Amino acid sequence: MNIFWKRFKQNRLATAGGVMVLLLFIVAAFAPLISPFDPNEIDRNSILEPPSEVHILGTDDLGRDVFSRMIFGSWISLAVGFVAVGIATFIGIIFGALSGYYGGWTDRIIMRFVDIMLSIPTLFLILAVIAFIGPSIWNIMIIIGLTSWMGVARLVRAEFLSLKEREFILAAKAMGAGDMRIIFSHIMPNSMSPVFISAVLGVAAAILLESALSFLGLGIQPPTPSWGNILTLGKDNIEIAWWLSVFPGLAILFTVLAYNLVGEGLRDALDPRLWQRGR
Amino acid sequence: MIQSLLSVEDLSISFASEIKSLNTVNEVSFKAADQDFLGIVGESGCGKTLTALAIMKLLPSNAISSGRILFEGKDILAYKDKDLQKIRGSKISMIFQEPMTSLNPVFTVGNQIAEVLITHQSMSAKEAINKTIELLKVVQIPSPELRVNDYPHQMSGGMRQRVMIAMAVACKPSLLIADEPTTALDVTIQAQILELLGSLQERNRMSLLFITHDLGIVAEYASRVMVMYAGRIVEKSPVQDMFINPRHPYTIGLLESLPGKKGAKLKPIPGQVPNTESLPSGCKFRTRCRYVIEECHLKEPSLKPAGNSEHLSRCIRAMEL
Ligand SMILES: Nc1ncnc2c1ncn2[C@@H]1O[C@H](COP(=O)(O)OP(=O)(O)O)[C@@H](O)[C@H]1O
Ligand SMILES: [Mg+2]
Repeated sequence: MNIFWKRFKQNRLATAGGVMVLLLFIVAAFAPLISPFDPNEIDRNSILEPPSEVHILGTDDLGRDVFSRMIFGSWISLAVGFVAVGIATFIGIIFGALSGYYGGWTDRIIMRFVDIMLSIPTLFLILAVIAFIGPSIWNIMIIIGLTSWMGVARLVRAEFLSLKEREFILAAKAMGAGDMRIIFSHIMPNSMSPVFISAVLGVAAAILLESALSFLGLGIQPPTPSWGNILTLGKDNIEIAWWLSVFPGLAILFTVLAYNLVGEGLRDALDPRLWQRGR
Repeated sequence: MIQSLLSVEDLSISFASEIKSLNTVNEVSFKAADQDFLGIVGESGCGKTLTALAIMKLLPSNAISSGRILFEGKDILAYKDKDLQKIRGSKISMIFQEPMTSLNPVFTVGNQIAEVLITHQSMSAKEAINKTIELLKVVQIPSPELRVNDYPHQMSGGMRQRVMIAMAVACKPSLLIADEPTTALDVTIQAQILELLGSLQERNRMSLLFITHDLGIVAEYASRVMVMYAGRIVEKSPVQDMFINPRHPYTIGLLESLPGKKGAKLKPIPGQVPNTESLPSGCKFRTRCRYVIEECHLKEPSLKPAGNSEHLSRCIRAMEL
């Protein structure tokens, strides 16, 4: 763990990413304290005001403070990102573990299912499902989770395929461990670092997807603020209110960049091939 | 007849290949009594590990086995998975050749030993850890109270093999299979591990199936030895008899290749173990044998008494050797 930490810190970009992620967490956690206005407070006297000392990122078409809405939006993004990735990772681990450990027909069926899921364009699938069940923050989290587990499943499967042939697994069986114990307490903990990396990268992807859905009006529904639905307003008022497009766009960019930097940093720090040299 | 602890009867193991399935292990039979110390000797690739894994019913999934393996009178090959899990680690245990890779890298050695105790003896976590420290003491790991929290990578190969042994004997099995437990270690450690296993065998009154490629190692401890070549038992006898009167050219070759005898030159057996696909007709050892005669090409000799009823050899010239 120490070597890992050292390696991670040596990587400047990863450290920067870590600081950015931390910043996003703090902003989300203390949203009510940081935001100068109630994000849903409508002020008919200050509609579409450009950035000023009072409204530092301007106001929207209902006179709401964009800065405050973006701060609350960051909480939404974070929640959607983590819950969706949590769901995806859970499903991916279960399917990947069963597939890799049991092989044979179990593997074939699960992998064909993964192929089918991957062959359907995610965004269209989500749009179709949302059209049926209606958009809500929970539906968004669940549907993003249900459509983004395939990568994790493949990763976990590959890890299981190689780990199950290792001698310590044979030794554990020789000591009387059953399948479930082998899968969950012997192989799983050894296969977690790539899953962890992919989860961090997955948060960025989920946030991007949530923004896209909200932008299309099928994600987080107004008045609940989200970066995506602020962007929609930006699009509608692109000629008169640049600040409605630029700031949420930058926030999304910042977040995606932050998680990707951390994810890449973790990948390098956890790479066992690079580890050996450090010892 | 007294029922033996372990009785392997006509064990054959093959791997399904596209052409035909050939026996990698062929009609191996032997018995182990309570508190036995049985050595299985043969070069690498002779089928020793496969035989051991078959007894644990842990053969690779592409292996096909036939024959019977009776443990305490019941056929292991007919056991259900659940019942096998109960036996493995409690009544039959196995330690492996590579201590560096036989322990799970993400758990402390203490946890791994305790897990066995919790699984088989339904101990509480606390009891299990106390027992684990005791076990580490038994296998002579210094300051066991501290070492119990070590991860495998913090230990040397010899230490790890001791941990494996502690784990294997935690539930006092009646049969311990040790598959080349000292091969990966340096000579001084080898001797220590061997002595430890010998004393544990007596102390726990278990039967030990000791696999090695080094005939010299079994000389001191084993009561009986069987020599395997190309998946077959070629000679089987009480240990002294085998050293004094080896009755198979392969055993003679193994004895001559032993280091240590003063003045005597090391004489490795020429050639190597043929793989299953390219086994010769007749006697499987004839291609490397210096006593080979015409007849050896014709028919594979059976395992027959040579000299006395306890001493079996698979060589038509056994009595001339
Ligand atoms: N999974 C497998 N698939 C095919 N052949 C195998 C497999 N495992 C072992 N073998 C073959 O069985 C032979 C005997 O192996 P093994 O029992 O490990 O020998 P030993 O332990 O005496 O060195 C080897 O020559 C090897 O080619
Ligand atoms: Mg072997």
